[in-house]
Amino acid sequence: MKKIRLIIQALSFAFSNGYIKGFTAGKIYKGELKNFCHPGLNCYSCPGALFSCPIGALQTVSPTSLYVFGFLFLVGTIFGRAVCGWLCPFGLVQRLLYMIPVKNKRKNLKGHDKLKYLKYFVLVISVLWLRSFCTYLCPSGMLLGAIPLTIISKPIRELIGSTFFIKLSILVLFIVLSIYYARPFCKYICPLGAIYSLFNPISIIKLRVDEAKCTKCSSCQRACPMDIAVYKNPRSLECIRCGDCISSCPHKAIEIISSL
Amino acid sequence: MKKILLICICVLMITFGLLRGEANTIYNKAATICLECIGLGR
Repeated sequence: MKKIRLIIQALSFAFSNGYIKGFTAGKIYKGELKNFCHPGLNCYSCPGALFSCPIGALQTVSPTSLYVFGFLFLVGTIFGRAVCGWLCPFGLVQRLLYMIPVKNKRKNLKGHDKLKYLKYFVLVISVLWLRSFCTYLCPSGMLLGAIPLTIISKPIRELIGSTFFIKLSILVLFIVLSIYYARPFCKYICPLGAIYSLFNPISIIKLRVDEAKCTKCSSCQRACPMDIAVYKNPRSLECIRCGDCISSCPHKAIEIISSL
Repeated sequence: MKKILLICICVLMITFGLLRGEANTIYNKAATICLECIGLGR
């Protein structure tokens, strides 16, 4: 399942940012697909981006956008937070960074149990109220949008100011954190993950633990990048539905099911 | 049943959002380089 998921994540990344001409010409895609939101965090100013970023779209339209919230709620109702585990381009970036072999790797930052609620504050304050997440915080926009455009285009390079360096610092921070900790942006900051997480308890696609087979050995928790004791809480708000727990369970006690 | 109802509500939200022209608003923003989004121009 891990390899399949990596392939799907890579294909999603490539498809989401498949406008190759954007990278060569320093321009962005202006076609009809930009009417539609990508389900993951993918900056629409990435030269290759074919779809709109849902968080950027929320900030643009209004915090009461029916179209964007309807789309996000629909995805959440069906999949819960599975987009984070399978489709989000920035999720893939963090996954690949965590694969870099270094000493002293951990899963979580200190204070994880409280820090994981920070993303809900980021959603409410930075996205819905101040509408400043994209401008000051989003590392995905920096990595996939700002850096390629400033490399390719001289006129854009001349616009670099202090905000660029603030955002660059945030990106570098998350790159370094992602090498030592599993998915720190997803766990603590991502407002999109915050929205999808609310649907984990009720989504159609979900995990189920067969209690007759489960021996509570915690293999699932050791395998889980989000450090969830899946056998205790298969519908955890933190679960990104990656399936690593399913592969790791020696008793085949965990499965993905769909239920209306 | 509740999930089907929720899905129907989501579809209605998307439909009303489209009728309000929200997709156009998003397109107009997304089809130009958003300098704010990439920390430029400030």
